[in-house]
Amino acid sequence: MTKRSTWSIPYLVFLVIFVVLPLLLVAIYAFQDAGGRFTFSNILRFFSDGDALSTFAVSIEIAIENTLICILLGYPAAWILANKKLNRSAVTIILFILPMWINALMRTLATAELFNMFGIPLGKGTLIFGMVYDYLPFMIYPIYNVLEKMDKSYSEAAQDLGATPWQVFWKITVPISKPGIISGVMMVFMPTVSTFAISEFLTNSKIKLFGSIIQENINSSMWNYGAALAFIMLIIIGITSLLAGNDDKEAAGGLI
Amino acid sequence: MAASEYIIEIQNLCKSFDGIKVLEDINLKIRKGEFVTLLGPSGCGKTTLLRQIAGFIAPDSGTILMDGKDISGIPPYKRPLNTVFQRYALFPHLDVYENIAFGLKLAGVPRAEIDKRVKKMLKLVSMSDYEDRAVDSLSGGQQQRVAIARALVNQPKVLLLDEPLAALDLKMRKDMQIELKEMHRKLGITFIYVTHDQEEAMTLSDTIAVFNEGRILQIGTPTDVYNEPQNAFVADFIGESNILDGRMICDRKVEFIGNEFECVDEGFGENVLVDVVMRPEDIEIRRDQSKAVFFGTVTSCTFKGVFNQIFVNTDEGYELMIQNYRKYEVGERVGMMIQPGNIQVMRKERICNSFDTYMVDETHVELFGESFECSPVAGISAGDAVTAEFSFRAVDLQDHQEDGVVGAEVHFILYKGNHYHLTVVADDGTHVYVDTDDIWDKGDLVGINIKAKDIKIRKRND
Repeated sequence: MTKRSTWSIPYLVFLVIFVVLPLLLVAIYAFQDAGGRFTFSNILRFFSDGDALSTFAVSIEIAIENTLICILLGYPAAWILANKKLNRSAVTIILFILPMWINALMRTLATAELFNMFGIPLGKGTLIFGMVYDYLPFMIYPIYNVLEKMDKSYSEAAQDLGATPWQVFWKITVPISKPGIISGVMMVFMPTVSTFAISEFLTNSKIKLFGSIIQENINSSMWNYGAALAFIMLIIIGITSLLAGNDDKEAAGGLI
Repeated sequence: MAASEYIIEIQNLCKSFDGIKVLEDINLKIRKGEFVTLLGPSGCGKTTLLRQIAGFIAPDSGTILMDGKDISGIPPYKRPLNTVFQRYALFPHLDVYENIAFGLKLAGVPRAEIDKRVKKMLKLVSMSDYEDRAVDSLSGGQQQRVAIARALVNQPKVLLLDEPLAALDLKMRKDMQIELKEMHRKLGITFIYVTHDQEEAMTLSDTIAVFNEGRILQIGTPTDVYNEPQNAFVADFIGESNILDGRMICDRKVEFIGNEFECVDEGFGENVLVDVVMRPEDIEIRRDQSKAVFFGTVTSCTFKGVFNQIFVNTDEGYELMIQNYRKYEVGERVGMMIQPGNIQVMRKERICNSFDTYMVDETHVELFGESFECSPVAGISAGDAVTAEFSFRAVDLQDHQEDGVVGAEVHFILYKGNHYHLTVVADDGTHVYVDTDDIWDKGDLVGINIKAKDIKIRKRND
């Protein structure tokens, strides 16, 4: 073994203990019944569990809505931040990223308090608001990264060939920044599906998300069914990432 | 008014970035169908001028006329010209065909005609087999061809080229030069070409505009610029040359390297200090010393392919560069002469350093934002407006910036046969001219000292 590869041993150990082992445990529990025997019943139960299925549908719907709003708000924000003429200081970027330094749970609790203070009833609207608030930086940052590194001569070349500023944006800037958008979508969509704290605090558990039922099952010691649900979610996330990843090999959007 | 013969006229154009002048009073007229090269070292403002013609930046003052009309208010996407960018700027998300068709699609050209024109362009740049290729799978030379095709397919009135061959290797660059020249001949479009490569400018251009430090120093055909450079910078930048200090004795008679020579220049006046340029191939060198005018010893001789490059130390102590087909041995005694027509005499831009400034106190004068000691002059007191003058030799350069009264950077070096003439830029941006026997490199950081007795103070009467 060369000297250099020995440096990676601590990281390998870390990965095995904190990533590979937990994943294996989830998989093992998902395919075991309460007595520890191998079974598919946990997985099959999900497809006949009306409650779980409808929660799943709601989760996907909310995740899609949250992601779309994040793109609509985040793209222009990233564009302005990356535009040296409009934004001359690095401080503005830090201000956008700053909320990420505060624990998401605390931010969510504070948001819920704000709604209470102003007498706004908790529901789907407040849930989406909280999610956008929590996840927007994760959309802005990868898009900003791509736009910031984008060669200015592309937009000049397009103008030179007769493109108006609007056409430059749609035909050049947006397509070239696609890897950033994909990164952003992955960082917002996936966690939204699995979150449970935000929906608990911001809807008073009126709206349940997929993450919530996993948490409920585990809390009530239904380890095997909970693990199966987590396993299904993992597979779905895996498939989506693969699809997104294949589309653009250079999805070097930043945080992923 | 009849249509002007000039397609582009630039009048009194100035541009500054953050208070630093990048272009100063640029005047340039470009004929229809002409191949014009903007030539100069990096940072001389040539690209800035090109970007103003394209419309990416606006001039601070002055006008750019196209077909006699001011185009200052027209955004780049409406100007009937196209640019080939230095690093090509091919759109990475489009293939070769889509890149070339981009401008035509925006212009709403029918699909069938787009197809016809793109295919014709691909043929013109010999890239017909590559239309479906992704642009990042192409070599530098191929990307360059696509960039040229993408610009030319729109049939612009003027094609702007910003150092388009700079990223290619030598062989490829030579081939592309020939192809560009051929395209220019075939299409009859006006080409405005930016480069720092004087050889490229010579090969391609009908007209060369030589730039330095934001000014056009000379506009002329390649032959004019080479044979009759108007100042030492142009002579040094274009081709190899011997540039020497000289003195015009009277019309047709000039003295330099310790000898008097017949020349063809008139109208300089008598006893005027001048710069003299001799191209290395114009100095005649021979072993038979009977017909020679001046003499020397060969110090080196290098075979360069078509000629030998010979360095000779003359008996008067000047080093000359000579190019000749014959080979000479090191240490060999040689005689030399030069035809009157091959001596190029140029007016000196300045004969000493001269600055308008003021007195800090009786014995100190303000120079480059610092206070320099000088000898007191009767009748001049603190605060008086004065002109301070000192010779090129009076400037004493120090190896370390902190050893001088003020720090500076060596900016430009001209070898004058027996000494170096340097342009150094002081920390406050002032240009100081220095004659020295020491060898410095461009970019060296130096300290400037000037002896008190060498600074001559004169009162200014405004």
